[in-house]
This record gives sequence, structure tokens and C-alpha cells, in this order.
Amino acid sequence: MNFPILSSLILLPIVGALFLFFTKDKDGNNLTAKYVALFTTIVNFFISIYLWISFDQTTSSFQFVEERIWIKDFINYKVGVDGISILFILLTTFITPLCVVSVNNTVKNRLRDFLIAILIMESFMIGVFCALDLVVFYLFFEAGLIPMFLIIGIWGGPKRVYSAFKFFLYTLLGSVLMLVAIISIYWISGTTDVIALYELGIDAKYQNLLWLAFFSSFAVKTPMWPVHTWLPDAHVEAPTAGSVLLAAILLKMAGYGFIRFSLGLFPVASEVFTPLVYTLSVIAIVFTSFIALMQEDMKKLIAYSSVAHMGFVTLGIFTLQQQGIEGSIIQMLSHGLVSAALFLCVGVVYDRMHSRLIKSYGGIVTIIPKYSILFMLFTLAALGLPGTFGFIGEFLILMGVFKDNFLVAVIASFGVILGAAYMLWLYKRVVFGKLVNEDLKKMVDLNRSEYLILTCLAVPTLFFGFYPEPLFNTIEVSVSDLINMHNLNIASK
Amino acid sequence: MNNLNLVLPEIFISLSVMFLLILGVFKKNSSQLTFNLSLVTILVAIILTVNETFSVNRITIFNDSIVIDRMASLMKIITLIGGFLVLGISSNYLKTFKIFKIEYPILILSSVLGMMIMISSNDLMVFYMGLELQSLALYVLATFNRDQLKSSEAGLKYFVLSALSSGLLLYGCSLIYGFSGSTNFDVIANQLTSNEYALTFGIVFILVGLAFKISAVPFHMWAPDVYEGSPTTVTLFFTMVPKIAALTVFIRFLYVPFLNLIDQWQMIIVFLSIASMIFGAIAAIGQTNIKRLVAYSSIGHIGYTLAGLATGSNDGIQSSIIYISIYVLMNLALFSCLLMLKRNDQYYEDIDDLSGLSKNHPLLSLSLLIILFSLAGIPPLAGFFAKFYVFKAVIEQSMYFLAIVGLLSTVIAAFYYLRIIKIIYFDKEKEKYDSDHGLWLKFSLTFSTILILLYFIFPSQLIEVVSRIIII
Repeated sequence: MNFPILSSLILLPIVGALFLFFTKDKDGNNLTAKYVALFTTIVNFFISIYLWISFDQTTSSFQFVEERIWIKDFINYKVGVDGISILFILLTTFITPLCVVSVNNTVKNRLRDFLIAILIMESFMIGVFCALDLVVFYLFFEAGLIPMFLIIGIWGGPKRVYSAFKFFLYTLLGSVLMLVAIISIYWISGTTDVIALYELGIDAKYQNLLWLAFFSSFAVKTPMWPVHTWLPDAHVEAPTAGSVLLAAILLKMAGYGFIRFSLGLFPVASEVFTPLVYTLSVIAIVFTSFIALMQEDMKKLIAYSSVAHMGFVTLGIFTLQQQGIEGSIIQMLSHGLVSAALFLCVGVVYDRMHSRLIKSYGGIVTIIPKYSILFMLFTLAALGLPGTFGFIGEFLILMGVFKDNFLVAVIASFGVILGAAYMLWLYKRVVFGKLVNEDLKKMVDLNRSEYLILTCLAVPTLFFGFYPEPLFNTIEVSVSDLINMHNLNIASK
Repeated sequence: MNNLNLVLPEIFISLSVMFLLILGVFKKNSSQLTFNLSLVTILVAIILTVNETFSVNRITIFNDSIVIDRMASLMKIITLIGGFLVLGISSNYLKTFKIFKIEYPILILSSVLGMMIMISSNDLMVFYMGLELQSLALYVLATFNRDQLKSSEAGLKYFVLSALSSGLLLYGCSLIYGFSGSTNFDVIANQLTSNEYALTFGIVFILVGLAFKISAVPFHMWAPDVYEGSPTTVTLFFTMVPKIAALTVFIRFLYVPFLNLIDQWQMIIVFLSIASMIFGAIAAIGQTNIKRLVAYSSIGHIGYTLAGLATGSNDGIQSSIIYISIYVLMNLALFSCLLMLKRNDQYYEDIDDLSGLSKNHPLLSLSLLIILFSLAGIPPLAGFFAKFYVFKAVIEQSMYFLAIVGLLSTVIAAFYYLRIIKIIYFDKEKEKYDSDHGLWLKFSLTFSTILILLYFIFPSQLIEVVSRIIII
């Protein structure tokens, strides 16, 4: 057996967290803690880069697989990556160091504990993306609730308790049904090993109920309309780094789950429920776009736009076509970068003015030009301007949907226009226009760490906007094999 | 009589109890001595149990009225360890209230003895004797802080209601004896040919009595009051040790003589289970006193344990045993935290007293965080695995309704655990509590919290021990 690279990816943040746990918690600027956390996350990022380089793109089978007996005769600890999951791991390890850097400006009290929570969160998220056993997946999926609950609850805004509870209970409620489904799969098929289940297949007569049980969990986490209401609350109250993690990675767990489990394990049921997903996604795209237009709070606006973007993702996944699914994966990655950047942008002005209301800003373009340029870039990426990362995903998804269902595609395209409207309007009101408040003149432009974070996010947003080839190379074979397997299953039933 | 070594632990404890009583009467100021000797007694009993009975597969002795099998040895060991730790933790608490007397360890010892007899019983009479021995000791323990009104009230309430349930139980025993002609479990099992209604009545009466002892809804009314009124260490004892014994009897009673009548009792257990899970979850939400809250939460947890029992399979029994073991561990940890909330010789037991604990006592709060998430059943903590095994067994028998209700009630229950975490972590801090805790308390808290946290690394060990228990 080779070096257990995936397990070390999962374990390293926990080791870092343990290390932090034994350092002394000083109030104020805790440099040691910051450097330890930063070092851990950056090392993790380099490991995952190495993982990507040594990843064999020509095969769809799982690589770097590790298997250990965990509960005898029942569950094995099994992890591995294929073309779909490896990019999410990269996203996670890329975003987390930026979160660590961003605490410089946002988190004032109990910095050490905050960093511990972020590190533990990172290891759970990586675990979710490489778990190849349903129970192991569930374990990581659920365990992530604990640190996120604390991040929102301890370091959040004024309504943090309500939001933290809502986040926790909503997600838990969705997930318990998935647990029932996982145990049922064990009794139906005799294993919870995903690779084995791909080969065995699950009896068609059980698939519908099982699919619904998984759906209840993923729909809450995505979040899909009408169970999206926890997201705006959680985003608004969470500290900036928490919002970034939530938007960039946590939401992607569900999209990933749809591809890996709903499509992979229940092909017949996925076909059956496609209309349901289409309907909910289209409602989410149009409905939440309208809601986003009316928001007065910047963070809430971006939160609703996340719901809309995730609507595109679910739409693309259930086209069950190469372009749609590839588009969804790309859209999730781009949304991971762009929404993270937008939340950080809101965080920047919030730290200076302590207001997230749109109306308290205006005309800041001359005062903080560097910020305005970067904010512009991310706004354009969010609305899907060609040449930015946001365009590719949306475009591919719409292509996929057009092949499948014309009406849905037309409505979804309407959502793109709305997306452009609320993003540009937000930008116009915040950055351009008259100076509404004399205090705004005292704002200082991006400091070094903020500049660094936003540039780090801007570079891949532009780079992959022009040259997405490396990403497609990675996912192509896995996605096409997934679809082939899917079609094969449908044909044989 | 060459099988006497199998009951050596029981014999040893009963001799020690008598000796300690005499010692306590004749020697002045011997509280500390009796205390230490009792601890030694339990320790010796644990060693004896492990040595003499752990490898025994199944032997019945004394005219088949006592059974020694793997379940009995395991449950006895858990009971003894529980009793040992409770006794150890108690001394500081009792000293604070100036009730550090010789009776306390002796009563604990005799109730443990009663439970061990219950666990090994293979006969209705023996079972009843053990039950009464432990109950009598528990009545006195509940009132042990006799100068406090609430403690006396708790003892009296417990006595009246418990006596009633014992009466019902005895009535059930006599019905069963009347229709099967024997009190021995094995004999009853062999003679159950007819489907007499009266026999069902007998089962129901006994189930009511047993449900009372483990405080399953709707026979739970005594639990909150008794738990709140009793001295905290006694409450800890109540929530841990008697439940193990009662559960063992539950298993033995249902699965040895009456397995063939599973259609008759399965619905009852399912009902008890669902009612306990839902009621425990909902009623705990409004509580302000931690001990009352624990009472309701323990009602909920008993519901999950019963869910495993309702399956009628070996897997179900094993999952119940795993559940109760992990539950006992979590309770031990929770109460160790509770006993640390002490300031100027006064113990605090309101949930609001935990407010902002994380600022002044980060380690204690972290342990509480782990314990509470584990009680709520969030992975990767031990509490999740406990629930996982139970629901695995339940779903195996296609009892989806029970599984879904049970899991939904964990979501409701998560709310009140989260509320405590919220108070600890999100609220304003209060005055500091004392930080000089006894060694026992520190040990039991660290030990149990680390086990809860790291259980997921070695989940197979416990399963391996439990999977050797085969009743059916």
C-alpha cells in the first residue's frame, strides 16, 4: 500500500487543531495560533496540489484508495478520489487558508478557538469529498454541523443564536432520513461500500424511497426551494470566514452528494424524479432572484444569489447529460470561488463601517478604488460574464437543459438576466452614485492581507474563465463513465 | 455445591455488607473506613466476576433459579464499575452536606447486590427478591439528605409509586405461576402451549412493573421529582445502575420464557419505546433544572433502548446492551460536570448557572460540549454509534415507522441539548466556580469524556464483547 495521502489530508488539520489546543490562548493578536493554522492549511493545499498532479486523468476508477477494517464485518473505512471529487478537495484546501488569513480583520475574541473550529471543519469537509463508504460519508457530513454551529453561534452577529439553531436543526432533520436510507441499503445490498454498490446496483423497487430520503438531506443542504430559508439567516449572522466556508464548500457537499449518490446509486429513481428537481430548481432560480433584487442587506442578497446559483447546479445535474453535469461541477467550483470572494468583499466594507445595509454606502469608488475594481470583477463573475469562471458553468448547464427541456431552459435563462440585474444593481448602489455619508470618506483601501486574499481568488476566476481546459480534462472521463453507467442501468431495467 | 464459585461475587458482597454494618456500629467515626472498605469490596467483586464467570457460556445453578451467562457477567461488571465510580465520586459531595455516614456505602453495596441477583435471576421469585433488595436500598438513598424537604419528598414519592409497581409485578408473577405451574423461566418457556388470555395479563402486569423501574412512558411520573429531589450523587446512581439491571431482567423475561408470545408483547414495547422517545424529547425542552432535564432525557434514552428490544432479534438485544452501556458512560460524564459546579460549598443545578461557562472554565465546557453532542447523537461521538446500532437492528426487522419516529425525535431532543450548549458558549459569563475538584471527579470526567470522544477509533471492541451474548 502506498502512502495514505488522503488520510493525511483529513488528519493534518486535526493535528494542527490539537497543536493549537495546547498553545496558550492570549487575547488580541494571537500570532502563534494564526501561523500554526496558516502553515497547516497551506501544507494541506500543497498536498492536494500534489494529489492533482499525480492523478491519472485517463481513468474513471477511484484512485488513492485506502481501505481499513473499521467495524468488523460491517463498515470499512474507505476513501478514494475520482475526477469529480478531486476538484472539490482542491477547492476546500484552497479556500481554507484564505479563511485563516481573513480572520486578521474579522474575528476579535477567542481567535484560537475559532481557528481550531475552522481546521476541524476543513478535515470533515475533505472527508466528505473522499469518503467511499456511505456510513463514513454520513459521519463526516453530519460531524461538520458541530464546528459550524459553534462558528455561527459564538462569533456571529446579533441574531446568531436563532440562526445557529435553525441551521443545525434544519440540516439534522434532513439528514436523519438519509441515515435510515443508508441502513436500509445495508440490509438490502449487504454493504455500504460505494464502489461495490455501483457494481451491484440497488433493486429498482426500493430506489424511489431511498432516493427521496437522500434527497431530503441534500435538498436542505443545497439548499433548494422551499427549504432554503436557513441559508440567508446563517449567512447574515455568521462571521465572514464562516460565511465563506458555508457558501464555498458546505453547499457543495450536497451537489457532490447528488452526483455521487443520487445519480450513481439510484439511476431509475433519478430519472423518475427529474421533473421534481427541475421544478424546484427553476422556482429557486426565478423566485430567489426576485427576492435577491429586493434585499437591503448585502450579505442577504449574496445568500439569495447562492440559492439561485445552486438552483442552476441541481438543474444541470439532473439533465443527466455530459454537458449538464460537467457544467454543474464547474458552476459549483466557480461559485465556490466567487461567492467566497463576494462575502469577503462585504466583510471588507463591514469591518470599516459596521453596516451591511446597501443604503449606507454609495460613491465609494473614488475613496477605495482597488476594492472597487476587485469587487467589480467578482460581480461580473457572479453574473456569468464571458471570460470569467462564472460563465462557463452556467453556459454548459443551459446547453444541457436546452437539449432536454426547452421550456425549463427558457425560464432558467430568464434567471440569468435577473442575476445580472441584482448583481449590477447592488454594485451600482454600493460603489457608484453620490456619496451618501461623510463618514465613508474615512474608509481606507484594502490592507495587505485583504488584498492578498482577493487577488488569490481573482487569479483563478480569470484564469479558468479563459482556460478551463485542465478542469475539464480532470472531470471528463469520470462524468462520461457515470453517464454511461447510468444509461446502462436504465436500459437494463 | 461445587458451583458456588460462580456466585462468589454476590456472596462476597453480602458478607462484606454484614461485616461493614457491624464495624460501623461498634467503631466510632468509621465513615471514612467503611467508605474505603466498600470501594475495596466492589473492586474485589469486579475481579471475582471477571475471573469466575467471564468465560462461562451458560450455566444454571441452584435448581435452575440462577443463571450465569455472558449477558449476566457483562451487565454485572458494568453495574459494579458504575457503583464503584458513583461511590468514589460521592465522598466530597456528601462531606459538603455533612451526610458522610456509614450507611451510604452500605446502602449502595446492598442495592448493587440486589441488582446482581436480578441480573442473574432465572426464576420469578429470585428476580423479585433481588428487585426488592435494590429498591429498599434505593428508597433510603433517595431520602439520604433527610434535612432537606425535597429529598424526603423524593424518597416518599419513590417509595409509594415503586411499592405500587412492585405490587403489580407480583400480581403478574402469580398469574403466570397459576397458568404455567412454575416460576422458573426455562420451565415456563417449555410449558407455554396454550394461548391463555390470563397469561397475557400476567405479562402485561410484569411489563408495567418493569417499565416503572426503568421509567418508560407512561410509567415515568416519578422520575423527574425523584431525580430532582435526591442528592446529586444518588441521582447519578439512579440514572445509571438500576437501569442496567432492569434492562437485563427485561431482556431475560421477554426473551427466555415468552419469546413465543412475541406477537403479544411486541406492540407494547414498541408503544413504550415511541412514547418514551417523543415524550422525553418534548418534555425536556421546558426544564430549567438540570437534574429534571436529565430525568426527561433519560426517559428518552430508555425509549431508544426499548426500540432495540422491540425487534425480537439477537441484534436488537445486543444493540440495546451497547446503547445502555454508552448511555451509562455519557451520564457519568454529564454528572461529573454537574458536580463540578460548586462555589463556596454550594452546588448549582440550574441550567442558567451554566451561563457563559466557557469563558472561565474552557476545559469543563469543552467536555460538556462533547458530552451533550454525544447525548444528542451527533457523529462522530459515541452517542451516535449507540443510536446507529439500535436503528440498524430496528431497520433489519423492517420496522421503519419505529426508526423514523425515533430519528425524528432525536432532532427534537437535539434542540434542548443545543440549548444547554448555547447557554454555555453563547451567553454572558457568571462568577467563577471552584476549580479544586477531587481526584475521583477529575478522573471520571476525563476518563468518560475521552472514551466518548475517541470511541469512533475503536468501535469494534465493544461490539465484539457484546456480540457473544446470544439469548435466542
